[in-house]
Amino acid sequence: MGASQSAGTEHEFQDLADRTGFSLEQIGNINKRFRQLSNNEETLSREDLASIPALDNNPIRAQIINAFFDKRNLHQNETGTVQEIGFEEFLMVMTHFRPAAMGITEEERENLRRDKLRFLFNMHDTDSDGTINLEEYRRVVEELLSKAGTIGQETAKAIADAAMLEVASTTRGKMEPDEFYEGITFENFLQILNTFDIETRMHVRFLHMDTATLRCGKSK
Amino acid sequence: MSVRVVLHSPSGSRSFLERGLLLLVMLIFLEGTALTLGAASSPDISAQDNTGGHEHLDDHQGIAGSNDRTNYTYTKKAFPVLSLDYHHIQVPFEISLWVLLASLMKLGFHLIPRLSSIVPESCLLIVVGLLVGGLIKLAGEEVPPVLDSNLFFLCLLPPIILDAGYFLPIRPFMENIGTILMFAVVGTLWNAFFVGGLLYAVCQIEGTYLSQVELLPCLLFGSIISAVDPVAVLAVFEEIHINELLHILVFGESLLNDAVTVVLYHLFEEYSGAGEVTPMDVVLGVICFLIVSLGGIAVGAIYGILAAFTSRFTSHTRVIEPLFMFVYSYMAYLSAEMFHLSGIMALIACGAVMRPYVEANISHKSHTTVKYFLKMWSSVSETLIFIFLGVATVAGPHAWNWTFVSVTVILCLVSRVIGVVGLTFIINKFRIVKLTTKDQFIVAYGGLRGAIAFSLGYLLDKDLFPMRTMFLTAIITEIFFTVFVQGMTIKPLVDLLAVKKKQEAKRSINEEIHTQFLDHLLTGIEDICGHYGHHHWKDKLNRFNKKYIKKCLIAGERYKEPQLIAFYHKMEFKQAIELVESGGGVKLPSAVPSQVSMQNIQPKKLPPPVAERALPQFTKGREEEIRKILRSNLQKTRQRLRSYNRHTLVADPFEDGWNDFLLKKQRLIELEKKVRPMSNYLTVPGAIPDSPTMCRARLASGSGFKAEKGGAKVIPDPNAFYNIKASSDGVPTIQVDLASPQSPDSVNMEGADRDEDQGLMMKPAGKGEKGEGGNKNPGLMRCLSDPGPSNEDEEDEPFLP
Repeated sequence: MGASQSAGTEHEFQDLADRTGFSLEQIGNINKRFRQLSNNEETLSREDLASIPALDNNPIRAQIINAFFDKRNLHQNETGTVQEIGFEEFLMVMTHFRPAAMGITEEERENLRRDKLRFLFNMHDTDSDGTINLEEYRRVVEELLSKAGTIGQETAKAIADAAMLEVASTTRGKMEPDEFYEGITFENFLQILNTFDIETRMHVRFLHMDTATLRCGKSK
Repeated sequence: MSVRVVLHSPSGSRSFLERGLLLLVMLIFLEGTALTLGAASSPDISAQDNTGGHEHLDDHQGIAGSNDRTNYTYTKKAFPVLSLDYHHIQVPFEISLWVLLASLMKLGFHLIPRLSSIVPESCLLIVVGLLVGGLIKLAGEEVPPVLDSNLFFLCLLPPIILDAGYFLPIRPFMENIGTILMFAVVGTLWNAFFVGGLLYAVCQIEGTYLSQVELLPCLLFGSIISAVDPVAVLAVFEEIHINELLHILVFGESLLNDAVTVVLYHLFEEYSGAGEVTPMDVVLGVICFLIVSLGGIAVGAIYGILAAFTSRFTSHTRVIEPLFMFVYSYMAYLSAEMFHLSGIMALIACGAVMRPYVEANISHKSHTTVKYFLKMWSSVSETLIFIFLGVATVAGPHAWNWTFVSVTVILCLVSRVIGVVGLTFIINKFRIVKLTTKDQFIVAYGGLRGAIAFSLGYLLDKDLFPMRTMFLTAIITEIFFTVFVQGMTIKPLVDLLAVKKKQEAKRSINEEIHTQFLDHLLTGIEDICGHYGHHHWKDKLNRFNKKYIKKCLIAGERYKEPQLIAFYHKMEFKQAIELVESGGGVKLPSAVPSQVSMQNIQPKKLPPPVAERALPQFTKGREEEIRKILRSNLQKTRQRLRSYNRHTLVADPFEDGWNDFLLKKQRLIELEKKVRPMSNYLTVPGAIPDSPTMCRARLASGSGFKAEKGGAKVIPDPNAFYNIKASSDGVPTIQVDLASPQSPDSVNMEGADRDEDQGLMMKPAGKGEKGEGGNKNPGLMRCLSDPGPSNEDEEDEPFLP
């Protein structure tokens, strides 16, 4: 695998490291994984990700895969999806899962929070209109409960409704009966997940990733 | 000896007078108890003094009897109308007296207004113990050796540990398990050797007259005194409401260091006779440690699974369900102790393993019973332990040696600080959430010693350890120091350092959804990375659990319910209870009213459902039923906080009866499916179990209802109801179904007048036709307002949540 790295990799990696904050070693590891998943090609497609067997048991599999191809997560100010991503984009998505460094300032912590919550928000907001409306939220809950059988489906709606109600009442307070709450905006999202210490919870340990533990997961 | 009590009763304040009187009663009782217990402890003397009269009578009878036998004559004595036979009931009487004393003391402390906030309860209880011991001594009796090691380890300690284990918050515990283990194992080892070694060095110094203390006894002493005590930690930390992370760190450490303590204690005790420890012994010690800890956990887990399995079959004998849990746990403890494994770890493992399965199986009443009994026993145990500590202090014997004692106290503090700081430095390299200096300080300062150390010291053999009394004195001094000085000052220090306090956990459904979502997301990312991390294994374990274990251990269909749904049901139930309790119209809860209703959220483009769906209506009979059901079942429940705090325990409404609800919900759904095409009453069952959230939302959107109160217009706002109807399809909230006969525990035991309450699901919509048609949703409002049949006409204000 290592032999198939493209020329000028070191330089690229250094550049990426500077931009994303990963260490060279971590980038090297992620690159190896990328190569594995993409069958040594330059780009990764949805099918490549979808073929990871371990993901089959995951109820929100589709959303996770979509998140990789969502332009909003690629630190570009565009919306829409792409069909294939390169290593750089793959890395960009991964940066959302970095843990908080120890000595960061309050402002940096806040930015990190926003960043991570933005990722989550984008996962829920599938039509990219900037709000999560009731239908989208319902779908989220349905997906979460998709492995739960019939009982899951029926209460999914109720749960989503209750959750939406809660958001509305927390963020908008009193509303007239004919007012309409369009959906959860990003600011509302921040507000309701205020006590959720996402900057510490949403991380994957990249520290000890090495080739030995890389399980391709594909029948190779 | 009379006790004078000054009543502080400001004029005119009745409550003070009452409190003062109660205190007076208690103090007199205290004195009386002291005398009795003191007298009772020396049975020979007491037999002569107190039961002298009885003895004479006895002797009389005896002599008369024997005379009879020899003389074959029967002289009739006066029939003893009233006799005193203390011996007969001595032991249970004393035990009860102690327990009563402990409980009254606890009661008393909470009556005194500000005392409990300044001084932690443990300190007060030790003082009471000192008082009682002092009184006994002053009365001239010998102080009973109450903190007998057997009594302590077999009777007093298990309830506390079981309570801790059962209510252990598994998630934070597991997340921090590495840190906890480091502190427990490495930290305790460090403490033991540091204290023991340095003490030995100090003892060798000329001029302390301690040179006869060998190395091994010193190390033994070090290992006894270095263990952080779970009882003391629990007692003090519960009152300071510190954030969850720190609490679980210190508390987890205190639980898990038992294995280390057991091994070290036995190791040094064994070899103190031999006088030296070879490297082979050290290796054996390490192996022993692994066996002790893992064996303890294994024993506990086995018993836990047995208990879970048994609870699967108890659906017909609900009354003894709690008994199974207690007995299995206790047997786990005893079995572990039998093999000299770590009993504490066995109990924790048993409680933690059995909890999720047992809770799914047992009835909500049994669950409440278990909870209350655990809290009660552990509370009494803790109180007794501290009182006995005080009494044992007075009892002595003491051998005070300034050097030894002071060096011990200082060394313990120093070693604890160094240990914590050093370990944190290493641990922080592996932690995501680093431990700050403040955290380290609290962890170090919260390392309290307690009765376990004392009991272990008490167990030492007098012959092998001639300096046992000195050790005991030092141990007691250390305990006093930590409990009094550290225990009292930790609360102001926590405030001073502005350590993060426990957040009032108001779990919202959004947070729950996102917790689950995040779990799955992170697992997915880990899979994509190919990195078999922490989430991956957790997910695998969960799936394994769901697929195999839950099927075996959980009765019925409940094992399929995912956590999110369980949470949602609990939340609904809680809201329902809030609704019932606050309803009645008399007092409105002060919480911010949710002025948002479903119509505000529902997208307008949703197609209106079938047009002939009319407003769900209730018949009068239905209302009666609902009201009765709610009144009888929900009235007994009180608003509760989720808490595993011993002092404020009240049951968690989340946990009452959700399993019944689930069953009923399933049936409701099925019934609803069958019935929906039928009448134009949207199925009465479908209507009734509206989620209180929805219900509240409807009520809160005030104008929607005002028109109905007059009974004229049925549906002022079609949108509102359509939308509500659309959303309430899948909202079978169940709280009103509590009294369904399908729930064998909740209804059938309630008495004969339940027969008309057949549970809402039993009546198909068709029957709903009878009765006045004018019943509208305010019917729901009325019934949930619960007061009673006579209030039927009372139009309540809409409940605001």
